[in-house]
Amino acid sequence: MTRLIEVQNLTLQFDTDEGRITAVDDVSFSLDAGKVMGLVGESGSGKSVTAKSLMKLNPGNAVYGPDSRITLHLDSGPVEVMSLKTATEMQIVRGGAISMIFQEPMASFAPAITIGKQMVEQLLIHTDMSPKQARELSIEMLNRVGISDASKRFRQYAFELSGGMRQRAMIAMALSTKPKLLIADEPTTALDVTIQAQVIDLMKDLVADFGMGIIFITHDLGVIAQTADHVAVMYLGRLVEQGPVREVIRTPAHPYTQGLLAALPHLDDLDAPLVPVPGDIPSPLERPAGCVFNTRCSKAIEGPCQREVPQFTKVNEGHKVACHLYTHEKVSA
Amino acid sequence: MSDGKPLITTRNLSVHYPLRGTLFGPKPVVRAVENVSIDIIKGSFFGLVGESGSGKTTLGRALLRAAPITRGKVVYDDGEVRYDLPEIEGRELKDYRSRAQLIFQDPYAALSPRMTVRDIIAEPLEVMGLTQSRAETDERVREIAAKCRLNLEHLRRFPHAFSGGQRQRISIARALVSSPRFVVADESVAALDVSIQADVLNLLKAIQQEMGLTFLFISHDLSVVAHICDYVAVMYLGRLVETAPTRTLFRTPRHPYTRALLSAIPSLDPDDRGKAQKLEGEIPSPTNPPPGCKFQTRCPFAVDICRKQEPELERAGKDHEVSCHRWKELMETEPQMAG
Repeated sequence: MTRLIEVQNLTLQFDTDEGRITAVDDVSFSLDAGKVMGLVGESGSGKSVTAKSLMKLNPGNAVYGPDSRITLHLDSGPVEVMSLKTATEMQIVRGGAISMIFQEPMASFAPAITIGKQMVEQLLIHTDMSPKQARELSIEMLNRVGISDASKRFRQYAFELSGGMRQRAMIAMALSTKPKLLIADEPTTALDVTIQAQVIDLMKDLVADFGMGIIFITHDLGVIAQTADHVAVMYLGRLVEQGPVREVIRTPAHPYTQGLLAALPHLDDLDAPLVPVPGDIPSPLERPAGCVFNTRCSKAIEGPCQREVPQFTKVNEGHKVACHLYTHEKVSA
Repeated sequence: MSDGKPLITTRNLSVHYPLRGTLFGPKPVVRAVENVSIDIIKGSFFGLVGESGSGKTTLGRALLRAAPITRGKVVYDDGEVRYDLPEIEGRELKDYRSRAQLIFQDPYAALSPRMTVRDIIAEPLEVMGLTQSRAETDERVREIAAKCRLNLEHLRRFPHAFSGGQRQRISIARALVSSPRFVVADESVAALDVSIQADVLNLLKAIQQEMGLTFLFISHDLSVVAHICDYVAVMYLGRLVETAPTRTLFRTPRHPYTRALLSAIPSLDPDDRGKAQKLEGEIPSPTNPPPGCKFQTRCPFAVDICRKQEPELERAGKDHEVSCHRWKELMETEPQMAG
């Protein structure tokens, strides 16, 4: 298995009028080629910001921590994303080695340019294809993602396509440059369940065919269970649990992961009460000291959880959790 | 409150919207809702599910007299008053507005950023003239706010200071302050995070039981509907395809569309991958619906009759109705349809 990307101690803050906000706090993970990593978290947990950092796509007021390191392993050798400065240097990753699919396909296509022209344009920038080759490849990709009548769709505008169709076109466009890593940010959230099932199937086929790595961002644990090999759970900018999908979903270790699973309605037991995670996500301006989850955690230990930031502990092979319950076992017993 | 009588009864309710036509020939219409007959029992949670474009929001709005009723009967009867909804006007319509309320989907768009929470919740009372003095208004606002777990300090603040879950509780308080009997909740938890969604669902259920309310709960999320609703109606292209008590519907779905919707919900079991029964294609445009059964273009079991004749709703069990030409046959020949 070849390592595709390594993220080490990624910290990202935003300078705002109200002060410096920590959006990502000391996040480390890695992904192998041909694997799907699910990044789960609620709104405000920092999952999209983390993904965008991989291409340094965050706005000008973003301040990266000095220890942050992102290493992308390409055929030509490793690339340190943090040391890329100019837009030209950045082209290696942006749209080249890394492509991204967004949640709202209507917002990610330019409304006044045909789908085909947008697909061809990026191919001309990132590859040395001729316009004719780019056109042929684009139509072939539209076909590949299950869009019927691809040469007609190629000439249409985004508004002429249905939601599911647009998301397929977005995927076709993202994959036509043959990226090593695909970041899919809530790609099925805006779709109906029946269309969501189609898009998930399509993405699984594409991983098998193209062998790329995928970072799949979602708040839906069901979607994660159906797609990911590994899961990383994020809360208020910190990773709280990481591990193989079966382990994390069947035997969640962190109280937050356990809470998320208990809050989901289960179809096989309609009488089971829905158990909300108590309280609200704190504002990023008022990040709790110690463990970020301690204000909502029913198992918080008085003292350590409010003071010390928990470090990752191994629960099982490849399964890690950042929680004091696993380091202060005598206290919790 | 619940005596088994319907609060809302519709018979062959249709909502059509005219389209810009050509100079010649009849004007084309979009049949957003077509021949819908449902009974919403007093004190129940009635779920309405379907994909986008199925007409569920339009139906909800028609029941609130917020969408034009083209044809059919809609009766509201809460024991105190009885209204023929397509007919009422003026004072009666105003009175109906205080008895039937709507909770919106997006708690970020539904609240005015320039009003305090107190003013947002009090506005319906003032507009409808339901209270005599400011003191009385304040008391009603405080009472409903407490029910929705908002405290006095919250009432003085503006919506921007609140999280999504808190905002949705403010929207709920605003909808309930006029003491309605009937509430339409249109995708009211769709914009919320999972950990908050359970909290709002539990709150809705508690308030419904406490105040004896009747809810029409519109959602595309079948697992949420399964947990909160007593009855469920499934819509497709403006038509009802199946209605049943929740448990019956989830245990023995009879319509191929209901079946497909259920199996498209991503399972939490990672070893369940690829077992789902996949539905091909997408919902057709309501401006150009297919002939016969509206679902025939995507149905794996469609035969000749489905392409020619539109099926009627028929009885499939106690309170269970399904509109499919082949449901009985499929129950015998398709083991996964037997449920």
